[in-house]
Amino acid sequence: MSKGLPEARTDTAMSELVPEPRPKPAVPMKPVSINSNLLGYIGIDTIIEQMRKKTMKTGFDFNIMVVGQSGLGKSTLVNTLFKSQVSRKASSWNREEKIPKTVEIKAIGHVIEEGGVKMKLTVIDTPGFGDQINNENCWEPIEKYINEQYEKFLKEEVNIARKKRIPDTRVHCCLYFISPTGHSLRPLDLEFMKHLSKVVNIIPVIAKADTMTLEEKSEFKQRVRKELEVNGIEFYPQKEFDEDLEDKTENDKIRESMPFAVVGSDKEYQVNGKRVLGRKTPWGIIEVENLHHCEFALLRDFVIRTHLQDLKEVTHNIHYETYRAKRLNDNGGLPPNKKLCASLKRSGEGFILKCWEQVSHRQPFLSSDPPTN
Amino acid sequence: MAAFDEKKDHPRSLTMCGHVGFESLPDQLVDRSIQQGFCFNILCVGETGIGKSTLINTLFNTNFEELESSHFCPCVRLRAQTYELQESNVRLKLTVVNTVGFGDQINKEESYQPIIDYIDDQFEAYLQEELKIKRTLFNYHDSRIHVCLYFIAPTGHSLRTLDLITMKSLDSKVNIIPLIAKADTISKSELQKFKMKLMSELVINGVQIYQFPTDDETTAKINGAMNGHLPFAVVGSMDEVQVGNKMVKARQYPWGIVQVENENHCDFVKLREMLICTNMEDLREQTHARHYELYRRCKLEEMGFADVGPENKPLSMLAPGLQETYEAKRHEFYGERQRKEEEMKQMFVQRVKEKEAILKEAERELQAKFEHLKRIHQEERMKLEEKRRILEEESIAFSKKKATCDLFQSQSFMAEGSSIKKDRDRKNFNFM
Repeated sequence: MSKGLPEARTDTAMSELVPEPRPKPAVPMKPVSINSNLLGYIGIDTIIEQMRKKTMKTGFDFNIMVVGQSGLGKSTLVNTLFKSQVSRKASSWNREEKIPKTVEIKAIGHVIEEGGVKMKLTVIDTPGFGDQINNENCWEPIEKYINEQYEKFLKEEVNIARKKRIPDTRVHCCLYFISPTGHSLRPLDLEFMKHLSKVVNIIPVIAKADTMTLEEKSEFKQRVRKELEVNGIEFYPQKEFDEDLEDKTENDKIRESMPFAVVGSDKEYQVNGKRVLGRKTPWGIIEVENLHHCEFALLRDFVIRTHLQDLKEVTHNIHYETYRAKRLNDNGGLPPNKKLCASLKRSGEGFILKCWEQVSHRQPFLSSDPPTN
Repeated sequence: MAAFDEKKDHPRSLTMCGHVGFESLPDQLVDRSIQQGFCFNILCVGETGIGKSTLINTLFNTNFEELESSHFCPCVRLRAQTYELQESNVRLKLTVVNTVGFGDQINKEESYQPIIDYIDDQFEAYLQEELKIKRTLFNYHDSRIHVCLYFIAPTGHSLRTLDLITMKSLDSKVNIIPLIAKADTISKSELQKFKMKLMSELVINGVQIYQFPTDDETTAKINGAMNGHLPFAVVGSMDEVQVGNKMVKARQYPWGIVQVENENHCDFVKLREMLICTNMEDLREQTHARHYELYRRCKLEEMGFADVGPENKPLSMLAPGLQETYEAKRHEFYGERQRKEEEMKQMFVQRVKEKEAILKEAERELQAKFEHLKRIHQEERMKLEEKRRILEEESIAFSKKKATCDLFQSQSFMAEGSSIKKDRDRKNFNFM
């Protein structure tokens, strides 16, 4: 075996990996289909239970990042999503405290349990985003952080003796908070989402949606969707990853109602004999989980109850793999011979060109006048 | 510079004051797996005719097409076949690998090697896929062997040497479940003694067979009990015989009916229970987490990678500047590149010289030719000059003569009229 990373092979049949003298293992590519002729119950479907038990024992990781200008209700929303004091709100923030000069990344981990399922939730906050006078490139620390998590995972994966379960700190979901101006997206929003939609799953939400009426809301949403489409920004769930028709129809419905207009609150009030989370105003109580009032329940169901696992999978199978492929390519993951040949070719051509130039400037062919006749 | 806070090492526990809903997470995960389907690969090792195919048929309640193998194979071969089974909403891609010709040769020294090679090949294929730059692991048809059912012949005495050697070489690569095949040839009392003898021999020789996991409370008891029943004494049959008022799978003898699914008769039900209903997922996980990792580690170390370098600096396959192997390779390639460049330069200079020489030669030739032509031209010119001179001289001579003649003519014309005319006529005549 030659030293170095093995060459990137195209899909070779199994038999090609085995040198000739060994008897070829015959693994046929097309499986023989024997279905529903099972003459009785075997118990294959118990594998579901077995799998479920195993995963419940190992527990789950989930990392969610919230990005948006300060005061848009990020911490409140996260607290509402997970029904606990996950983030310390910045409402107690003293004005004398320094506004962070650049974007900071704060990741805090929590362990929450429900129904026997243990989840390690990490909330990554980004104070300082969009708060300076000059916000150029303020997404760069965020992009850097996301790539650093991919790098950490890659390093662990590439180890010779690797851990049984590699700790997953990659950002699975990024909630981007859009200011409810009612007009359109801001340039900062577009720039951020353009850069980051390629490395992480972005879910745009319209914050503080209680400042808009129903018509304003739907108009704004339509406008935002159109702008995102025009700028080629694919938010989660991305169209290109829809696997089959079922997925597509389900995701289309969700995409039509995104971005969700949400209201967050961690205070409870009495409404119609029930205690609900809401915001109390002189003109009424806005119920957070009431679908007529805002779309928080949709967001919660979408992110947590139906698509949590899918968020993780898209991060792992697509975003992480893209990062990995790029990283290994830049590093000379290419087979060495090809690289050498390529560089030789380049340098060789340059050299030949140089020499030719020298030759063509030499003395003319004949050294005397040509004969006249 | 932005400050990056690391997660606290011990995340705090939170209590929630309401239903969030992530308890559906295992269901989400399971739904995903159902969509993708499951893979399970069984390797059956045992001599020809010991009942491997029949047992698999019985286990999965299906008649997989299998032709009877001959006893005259020159070497051990492995034959793999994949089947797609479906039960309720679970799709299983089952691959059954059979050893053909195992134990049939006169010289059995090379018998187990093909098996090991096959298992290694599956690991290798997975490793290759994992190391690719553009990979599709989530779609990968996993062909690694999850369990090896080793069929021991029911001699009643002890393990055969071939069995021992084979199991010893397989135990670090695959989960082995030893079975006593054709258990209806042994009586109950003999069976107990046989089992104990087998297990003690395995233990003495340090063969690591698969232990059913006892860490989960729900399955610990049953798994622990089953561990004590190994090796399972199994009987396989797809023929149905009427017993009482039911049709059961059994083997009919003149002296009685051996029922496959009767726990008093054989351990078939236990095997099915353990293999499929309780531990299929664990078998898959052990294969991936233990056996595959071991293979991967050995392979990568063999290829020259290491996690820690000579001065105990942590190395990584990724950091090019730090890693010694990468630097060495770089130097090597750089040197080679320099050399090749030099070579090409030399070659080029050589060619240029040659071409120049040829061109110079041609130049010289042309020059010579030109000179020659010039010379000829000169000569011609001179000749022509000569001729012209002569011509000119002649013409001068002619004009002189003409002048003198004219003079004479005018003189004689004035002296005598007619004689001059006569003379003139005569002269004219002479001239003509």
